[in-house]
Amino acid sequence: MSDAPLLSVRELTVRFGRTLAVDRASFELWPGEVLAIVGESGSGKTSLLRAVHGDLPADGGCVQYRLDDGALVALDELPEPMRRQLARTQWGFVHQNPRDGLRMAISAGGNVGERLMAAGARHWGRIRAEATEWLRRVEIDPARIDDPPRTYSGGMQQRLQIARVLVTRPRLVLMDEPTGGLDVSVQARLLDLIRRLVSDLGLSAVIVTHDLAVARLLADRMLVMQGGRIVEAGLTDQVLDDPQHPYSQLLVSSVLQA
Amino acid sequence: MSEPLLAVEGLSKEFTLHLQGGVRLPVLRGVSLTVRAGECVALTGPSGAGKSTLMRALYGNYLPGRGRILVRHHGRLVDLAAASPREIVAVRRETVGYVSQFLRVIPRVPARAIVAEPLRAAGMDAAASEREAERLLARLNLPQRLWSLPPATFSGGEQQRVNLARGFAFPYPVMLVDEPTASLDPANAEVAVGLIQEAKARGAAIVGIFHDADVRRAVATREHPVVPLAAAA
Repeated sequence: MSDAPLLSVRELTVRFGRTLAVDRASFELWPGEVLAIVGESGSGKTSLLRAVHGDLPADGGCVQYRLDDGALVALDELPEPMRRQLARTQWGFVHQNPRDGLRMAISAGGNVGERLMAAGARHWGRIRAEATEWLRRVEIDPARIDDPPRTYSGGMQQRLQIARVLVTRPRLVLMDEPTGGLDVSVQARLLDLIRRLVSDLGLSAVIVTHDLAVARLLADRMLVMQGGRIVEAGLTDQVLDDPQHPYSQLLVSSVLQA
Repeated sequence: MSEPLLAVEGLSKEFTLHLQGGVRLPVLRGVSLTVRAGECVALTGPSGAGKSTLMRALYGNYLPGRGRILVRHHGRLVDLAAASPREIVAVRRETVGYVSQFLRVIPRVPARAIVAEPLRAAGMDAAASEREAERLLARLNLPQRLWSLPPATFSGGEQQRVNLARGFAFPYPVMLVDEPTASLDPANAEVAVGLIQEAKARGAAIVGIFHDADVRRAVATREHPVVPLAAAA
């Protein structure tokens, strides 16, 4: 167990005009840990994730990341080329809608290979071999490698997006409702896949979800957000089985038992 | 006498139900309990007395109100009532095991992998942990054709046997065992009793809830009554 956090978010604040979307959110993420952020739509969980990733400008606070050499750096103080390099290699972002994370007109193999090339790979044969291997790992028939993702089902597209993100072996993966738009049977397969890959690769991950069952299955710890604020944080099963905050109690008691 | 592996000191637990106007439900007050290596303490008391609440608090699943839950973890005492979530995750990986009544099924994950998971988490390689999982499943008489299937469609007794195999796969120094024989036939209940006896023999400190009086007599070294607070008041 490492004692140094990989990611440290301090008092992060995001405003949309006069609305406070994220209100002084603070959390840490340690290597190999999976953190879930839950809350209903409008609670600010996706805004928090996007601000951590640098897609939304912060109106206060900071995001610190530990580089390979152990130095903790504030992301907004890094030179832009270095930030882009981090985003291409060490970080990955899985969008709820695979169309936002894939290029729909180029082949599946091209989608995976593109990220490898952005990270510096040049040898075509090796790129193709690696792409084939990753299609297999996310349970896509390698015979479909030259087909564009628009010919894939929603579940396959989502698995392809995950392959594209993981091919560069990132240390940190941010996921926004990765199972959100999928049928229940497809969700189960994807959840099992994410669970296995996270554990096999020793990834650190932050997963935004409104689905408490997804949080229970994947996350070691969780944060509950309401109105832009983190109202409760703790061990996943403790927050779900013994929620302390009124809003967490409402959230847990509102789940339909199948 | 050996050092205690688990020491509960003045533990209290109260639930505040915010959705019911903030009603407070006190369940445990001032519970103290010490368990040493090789002991198996049976919690007794009527249904609703708080036995399961105490067990869940000992696992860090329920947040204790007051008191301390000291566990010997890697040679030092960790207070689970004050530990960070990450410390609790580490304690659960190698020190405190929990065998609950029900299996939480994970879609698509076969029985063998569910049983092997705690061993994998503690660092054992895949092949060795699967062999150990198969040994336990065979001992609990789970038909071999079920090992590679996810337990979602198994019977209650079959699921409980998968759960027992998972709970006893790793030799935790402290074990919490909640109704291990509830839906087992006599032959498999006998196997469960054997697993508990072996855990005691290797020096585990065990706290359990055993409704079956024969099972309790067979495994418990002493009893610890949990008194309902309404009756105690």
